[in-house]
Amino acid sequence: MLRVGFEVHQQLATRKLFCNCESELVEAEPELKIVRRLRPTQSELGEIDRAALQEYMKGRHFVYQVPEEVSCLVEMDEEPPHEVNREAVEIALQVALLLNAQPVDEIHFMRKIVIDGSNTSGFQRTAIIALDGYIETSRGKVRIPTICLEEEAARKVGEGENKTIYRLDRLGIPLIEISTSPDITSPEEAREVALKIGEVLRATGRVRRGIGTIRQDINVSIEGGARVEIKGVQELNMIPKIIEGEVARQKRLIAIAGELKRRGVGEAQLKPSPVEVSDVFSSTQSKVVRRTLSRGGVVLAVKLPGFRGLIGGARDEPRLGSELAQYARVKAGVGGIFHSDELPAYGISAEEVGAVAERLGLGESDAFVLVAEARERAEKAIEAVVERARLALRGVPEETRMAQGDGSTRYMRPLPGAARMYPETDLPPFVVTQELVERLRANLPELYEEKISRFVEQYKLSEELAAQVVRSGRAELFEELVATGAKPRLVATTLTATLRELRREGCEVERLREQSFRELFSTLAKGKLTREAVPEVLRALCSSPELSVAQAMERLGLKGFSEEEVRSLARRVIEERSEFVRERGKGAAKPLMGVLMKELRGRVEGKVVMKILQEELRRFLGS
Amino acid sequence: MYRGEAEKVLAGAKVGERVRIVKGERSYEGVLMPRSELGDDRHVVIKLDSGYNIGVEISGARVERLSPAEPRKQAAFPEPEFSPAKPEVTILGTGGTIASKIDYVTGAVHPSFSTAEIINAVPELADIARIKARVLFNILSENMTPKHWRRIAEEVVKELNGSAWGVVVAHGTDTMSYTGAALAFMLKNLTKPVVLVGSQRSSDRPSSDAALNLIAATRVATSDLAEVVVVMHATSSDEACAVHRATKVRKMHSSRRDAFKSINAPPIGEVREEVKLFGSYRRRSEGEVYADTRLEERVALFKAYPGVDPELLEYCVDRYRGIVLEGTGLGHVPEQLFPAIERARDEGKAVVMTTSTLYGRVDMKVYSTGRRLLNLGVIPGEDMLPEVAYVKLMHVLAVAQDEEEVRSLMLRNLAGEITPRTLPDTFY
Repeated sequence: MLRVGFEVHQQLATRKLFCNCESELVEAEPELKIVRRLRPTQSELGEIDRAALQEYMKGRHFVYQVPEEVSCLVEMDEEPPHEVNREAVEIALQVALLLNAQPVDEIHFMRKIVIDGSNTSGFQRTAIIALDGYIETSRGKVRIPTICLEEEAARKVGEGENKTIYRLDRLGIPLIEISTSPDITSPEEAREVALKIGEVLRATGRVRRGIGTIRQDINVSIEGGARVEIKGVQELNMIPKIIEGEVARQKRLIAIAGELKRRGVGEAQLKPSPVEVSDVFSSTQSKVVRRTLSRGGVVLAVKLPGFRGLIGGARDEPRLGSELAQYARVKAGVGGIFHSDELPAYGISAEEVGAVAERLGLGESDAFVLVAEARERAEKAIEAVVERARLALRGVPEETRMAQGDGSTRYMRPLPGAARMYPETDLPPFVVTQELVERLRANLPELYEEKISRFVEQYKLSEELAAQVVRSGRAELFEELVATGAKPRLVATTLTATLRELRREGCEVERLREQSFRELFSTLAKGKLTREAVPEVLRALCSSPELSVAQAMERLGLKGFSEEEVRSLARRVIEERSEFVRERGKGAAKPLMGVLMKELRGRVEGKVVMKILQEELRRFLGS
Repeated sequence: MYRGEAEKVLAGAKVGERVRIVKGERSYEGVLMPRSELGDDRHVVIKLDSGYNIGVEISGARVERLSPAEPRKQAAFPEPEFSPAKPEVTILGTGGTIASKIDYVTGAVHPSFSTAEIINAVPELADIARIKARVLFNILSENMTPKHWRRIAEEVVKELNGSAWGVVVAHGTDTMSYTGAALAFMLKNLTKPVVLVGSQRSSDRPSSDAALNLIAATRVATSDLAEVVVVMHATSSDEACAVHRATKVRKMHSSRRDAFKSINAPPIGEVREEVKLFGSYRRRSEGEVYADTRLEERVALFKAYPGVDPELLEYCVDRYRGIVLEGTGLGHVPEQLFPAIERARDEGKAVVMTTSTLYGRVDMKVYSTGRRLLNLGVIPGEDMLPEVAYVKLMHVLAVAQDEEEVRSLMLRNLAGEITPRTLPDTFY
């Protein structure tokens, strides 16, 4: 039975949670840098994690880049947190109410110990905002036991031998964390839940948008498998594929464990005692191995008794070999390993394989793994491989994996244990009064579905177009523009279809400013620009978003004609054909229009030209 | 700590007990947490099984007591073993967050100050010295009084005349420089280092500056120095600590790690892996240290400012034997204070001028106001910090025989508080 749960993290578009800095990322590398260390602290019993302390003693340190535009002493952990950002709390409470959750009566921020350096303080401030929510899906309710408000971590921008480099721009951005129960039972339902939660968040109109501003972690487990957490899922459409892949991976691992049991393989047989086989490869064709040996590296081999045929597999199937390689990569920093199920290949010959097998005393059902690396690293890699092979005896290990762009996942680390948490004594509790909850409840933002129906009703948009406008995140702009008198359909298609076209061409439409759209539609309303020219203007603005619409038009040679200019042109055309005009009277309008539009096409809306022409005709005929 | 309505609803349930709070259809289960003294009596705080705390409003609530509090476990730390080759350093605790332990349940910070506890928390100290730690008292530094300064001075003398190579005094940071100045004036024939140290981030945080400061302070306590100094972070980074002469240092920032700055003089040293001392300093030597702990407590520190009510100063003149003025600029006060100052001088009281600019030296002969004050017998405090002049005047009034001696001692450099030359790179 498949069980899927979600953890959705969404950044809010407010100032930071505990100071007055803007929630923006900074691209240029800041000048100010500080160097810090995080020391493992004492546990409840006063004990200190010796392993963590050892890591500290080795000089592990963190470099923090401090962009002063968007970070202050609070992010530097040089000033206590200011009172919690009320606006962020209110948005989180709104989300909670939209998700049918019960706000807590009093919000208490906690310090969750995190010593990977991603928080300058060594802990993340986090609080439960609401409990016991749920979301309806087409297949039933999915429970949402907790909704938290927390501070975003610093952004990792680099890594060195003994240090990690972070930038403080992201630290402190308010983050809503929504956790569902593992109630989801199919990959498609998972996608639906993620989509719906995302829509609720965006309905507030107060969440940050763009890459990295929303992250979903997926928890997947199957019967006989284990809970595996998958991080870094960016694309909702990938969710079913990721889950299906994980299910297949767990099934394969369960099958391998079964087979190993049948073959009677036990942990004691799996020893991390590598044998050096560098000499076997003295004249190898394998480039990787040759390069390693020429740099003074070694080739180590380890026997995996009973694993023959279980490590490899078809390309598109989950393979234990990938797991072994990922362990070696994460724990020893090794680029790759070779295993006997896939050899001979990669320039390693059958003779070499045979020689290694002989050296290891390989039996009928045994496999081996080769690592070509500097000695110390190779030894670590072999240790990691054997550790992972042992876990294979038991099936699926609980772990955290990272989603890749193609929908596959990679081992990242073991599942974190329960973090140590204690009260944030620098902040008073935030009382959530009944009045506040009632005020928020009375002013809840429209959910997407409600908004779509209203747009259909109020603006006479088709269901499809209304949905596109709402999902585009530009619904607010749409309504603003329509309120100034622009035609709903035109605004809607411009904000959806036109932008979609431009994006397809490769334009960066995210760079367009709302102000540009305001100028665009007011220029259209004045007849100074035609509908046909809209894509051209927007295209220009995508590459130079700082331009005004007038400047962009000028650059494109779309300098519009003023009403006066059109009028004098109309007069000239009438004067030049005065006889014809007198003859035809008002009937001259149509032919004259053709003459005028030869000059004005694409620059002035035909309707405007016609209106002016008719006025001028009346004047001429009347005089 | 629950009172009023909340206490009634709890019906005897104690902090640490597992409880269920039932409110209509909802119920919350968790461990009952203490409530801050500032909290209202309308909420009860519980820790849910997820580790998060929430507050539950109590109207219409019923509390069920589920199970008693689990006994608080306490780890016993083995007595650390030190190499006999290492020098001995005594760490005296007086309060502050420098050596404290967090109660992860309540978030309260408790002092944690046995030798074993300190070595457990900062094992690096054992590589530097044989540590002997004990607590003198445990107070917030804003509550320090001259009585506490005397006690610290006496205990430091005991240690230094015993087997200690140096003494580290762990102290809250707010008034650390007052205590430092008091020790500098009281300790006579100082032959070993006395190091005050504190922390700006409590030691329950992974980012605490406590460990690095304590390590640096302990190094300084084994160094060649024989002065009273303050050792704290030199910058915002965890890279180096600065060694400040106690009579020249001031807490210049409310929250930063590098809040302590030497004023009108450069720091006298820097600690990374080793202690580096700069310029001239008093060197370690042999000999008995003693403390002259006499202090005249009837001394006031009076800040002059536009619109200041002269009655305030008249009150000080009535009550105190000495007044340190924190004047403006080169050492001026508004004219309306002159009568009170004149009366103070007529009554034989000491009046010392310092400046609110902190940086720079008073010079009262440049403008007429200063010249008139000099004529009244106001003692120019040179480049002394106002707080240091205050502590010094307490000491001087207690030891001097007469007015003339008070004047000459205040003008003389006794413990590095007056620098004869102000160097250009001491202002930033």
